[in-house]
Amino acid sequence: MADKTAKGVSRRDLLKRAGLAGAALTIPVTPAIPAELLDQSQSSTPKPAAGPRREPIENLTAYEADLLEAICARIIPTDANGPGAREARAAHYIDRALGGALSSSRQAYSAGLAAFDAYCKSSRRAPFTELSPRDQDSVLIDVETGAATGFTGSPAAFFGMVRTHTLQGTFGDPFYGGNANFVGWDMIGYPGVRTNVSAEEQRLGAKLTPNHQSAYDNQMFNKAQASASAPGGASARQAVNDDGY
Amino acid sequence: MATRLKPTDVVVVGLGAAGGVAVLPLAQAGIDVVGLEAGSWLTRRDFAPDEIRNNVRDWPMAVQKAQGEVPTQRPNAKANTTRGGSHPMMNAVGGTTLHYWAQSWRLNPWDFKVVSETTKRYGAARVPAGSTVEDWPFGLDELEPYYDKVEYETGVSGQAGNIKGSLDQRGNIFEGPRNRAYPMPPLRSTGFIDLMTSAARGLGWHPFPGPASINSRPYQNRSACMYHGFCNKGGCHVDAKNGPHLTTIPRAQETGRLKVVTRAHVRSIDVDANGRVTGVTYVTDGQEFTQPAKVVLIAGYTYENVRLLLLSKSKAFPNGLSNNRGQVGRHYLSHSQGASVTALFPFNINAWYGLPAQGVAVDNFADDNFDHGSLDFIGGGNMWVYSDRRPISAASMGTFGRTASSWGSEWKAFIMKNADRTNTAYLQKTTLPYEDNYLDLDPVVRDALGDPVIRITADYKDNERRGAAFIQERMTEWYKAAGAIATQPGGLGTMGPTTHAYGGTRMGRNPETNVVNEWGFSHEVPNLGVLGASVMGTSGARNPTLTVQALAWRTAEHLARNWRSVSL
Repeated sequence: MADKTAKGVSRRDLLKRAGLAGAALTIPVTPAIPAELLDQSQSSTPKPAAGPRREPIENLTAYEADLLEAICARIIPTDANGPGAREARAAHYIDRALGGALSSSRQAYSAGLAAFDAYCKSSRRAPFTELSPRDQDSVLIDVETGAATGFTGSPAAFFGMVRTHTLQGTFGDPFYGGNANFVGWDMIGYPGVRTNVSAEEQRLGAKLTPNHQSAYDNQMFNKAQASASAPGGASARQAVNDDGY
Repeated sequence: MATRLKPTDVVVVGLGAAGGVAVLPLAQAGIDVVGLEAGSWLTRRDFAPDEIRNNVRDWPMAVQKAQGEVPTQRPNAKANTTRGGSHPMMNAVGGTTLHYWAQSWRLNPWDFKVVSETTKRYGAARVPAGSTVEDWPFGLDELEPYYDKVEYETGVSGQAGNIKGSLDQRGNIFEGPRNRAYPMPPLRSTGFIDLMTSAARGLGWHPFPGPASINSRPYQNRSACMYHGFCNKGGCHVDAKNGPHLTTIPRAQETGRLKVVTRAHVRSIDVDANGRVTGVTYVTDGQEFTQPAKVVLIAGYTYENVRLLLLSKSKAFPNGLSNNRGQVGRHYLSHSQGASVTALFPFNINAWYGLPAQGVAVDNFADDNFDHGSLDFIGGGNMWVYSDRRPISAASMGTFGRTASSWGSEWKAFIMKNADRTNTAYLQKTTLPYEDNYLDLDPVVRDALGDPVIRITADYKDNERRGAAFIQERMTEWYKAAGAIATQPGGLGTMGPTTHAYGGTRMGRNPETNVVNEWGFSHEVPNLGVLGASVMGTSGARNPTLTVQALAWRTAEHLARNWRSVSL
């Protein structure tokens, strides 16, 4: 574990106790979700969605960041089943990556979000962030199915890109600015990064306790290469034959 | 101009799976070797268990020379050419063995004699029309000692199924005879793998644990596997994955005969007026060097080997080195790795940890292990079920048509319930070479140095499609027998750049149809050898690396034993 203090407590643990390990920690990782975070699809009165405190924006404009935040929050909603992309800080992951490994997608986000915003205003007569969750979903369906107009490229491709990155930001290692408080890993029952796994832990029915560890909580690993990006932007590409060696 | 370096005996181009093994028998024979590697040394500290870095951003491949020379592809000579963004292979000392799955199979006896065995059992008409497949110049028995050598020298774990003709039901009863057991027992099983093993037995099949170049127990003072779950496109954090960077290369260095040069990007092989090679020219940080040598062994990946020959034009070889008969780039095939099957189980299968080499295989429907008399294809597939899951890929699972959308609350509820309930089998199928499947230089696309990249012209034919559909049915049967409640077959895909690319410098006795002879040396250039899967004429139904390594050892040993005649 990284940054052990003399008493054997990690810096992460100390920060957790102090509530300082990332601004997202205002949402506890428990099944009990504050009422204002529940899916409002069934409600007729739109409420501005409350959420965790936001980090400083690194690459997007404030308007883009608000819109992206709201889109991510519908892709993986906060609902009766617990936290979603908003609590995981998926939009923060994307914002940060757009200055690094996803820099080749920066233009696609600018153009796509602008077209998305214009389509929403013209077809629904309101900005996306002011629509009810149900109406927000209907806009997203238009974009996903390619029915939305005004996009330079394919609206479906834009939706696919945002969905892919939202999943990365929700279920990826917290080192990259998403999966805050490990809400993504807890959501799907991933018990966390381990460096040694026993036979017992691979048994059917084994109960594994989530360890809430980032890869880089292990000080044995170099971070230097962690954000190395490929020439031309590796992440914008389709990986070739991911499923076979 | 190029700086001329001190001459050496042998220059090996590429220190991956093939070159990294070949340097040891050479160095041990007292031959001076310069090993040129486009990548650099990496250590266990570089191998963080990080899905975003390894699998999403393709870090293992992203920082490489190979990344700048991704081949283009087209299904046939009339189709448009496209180019994906990623090259599946890695440049580093140890090459792709750093992050591969490390499945270390021997080919089965049939794979060496596809033409003669098919003709004998079913008649010559059953060899598909248009295929250029030939029998290998030798059988499994010739390669057995070299398989054995590599298994023990580097460390392979597994369960033997046939020792000197005596079958052992715990192993693969379809494998050819081996002289002794593996140096290590197989990697351990898991609860889910046990379940699948029982289901296969219930169907009357012969399941067995697969062989892996991974330590199942401490071996040669290195650790046993930790089963931590980041082996797929990840290097080993405890050095339990036995690439040449940990085994044969350091041993060769200890002899004092091997000099390793990293970040050397070889651009051409140099040829004299008599048509013999004299060394290679490479670039490091924009500076050009010429490394003279008595013998050149090229040991890159299939695309790199073919490309280097085609780029090395001279008066003696105007169409590329060793290509006066037009065979370089021909007889190309790439493993049919698509057409998988994914299953959904009604319970968690606990596959969050493990590794792609930890699993159970069934070979009953591979090669010619079953009667093809009433079937419309030859060959078959190896079925492999393994323990491997990471959170982003788990959350990206298909929903078997059980949700209306791939986002939103209903979808979220589905993945929360099912993220640990799916499994995708790895089905490797026989692929044959055909007249119109080949590699050449792309007329338009070039790398950063201005050299053309490889163009793949290839498509699967009826034999591959029928074999794939057949093996997918068997796999579906297997999953259902184990309790799967839904299955989803995957598409076969295209023959784009892949980790299992073969041919292009095929090995065979006939110089009219093969680039290298039965020892791996060029028919046209006596002091040029070729190492790697580019010499293989058939793929079998299993991963190529151990065969590549056994062939590399054999070629190097041949060179050492015949040093005077080859080098002079």
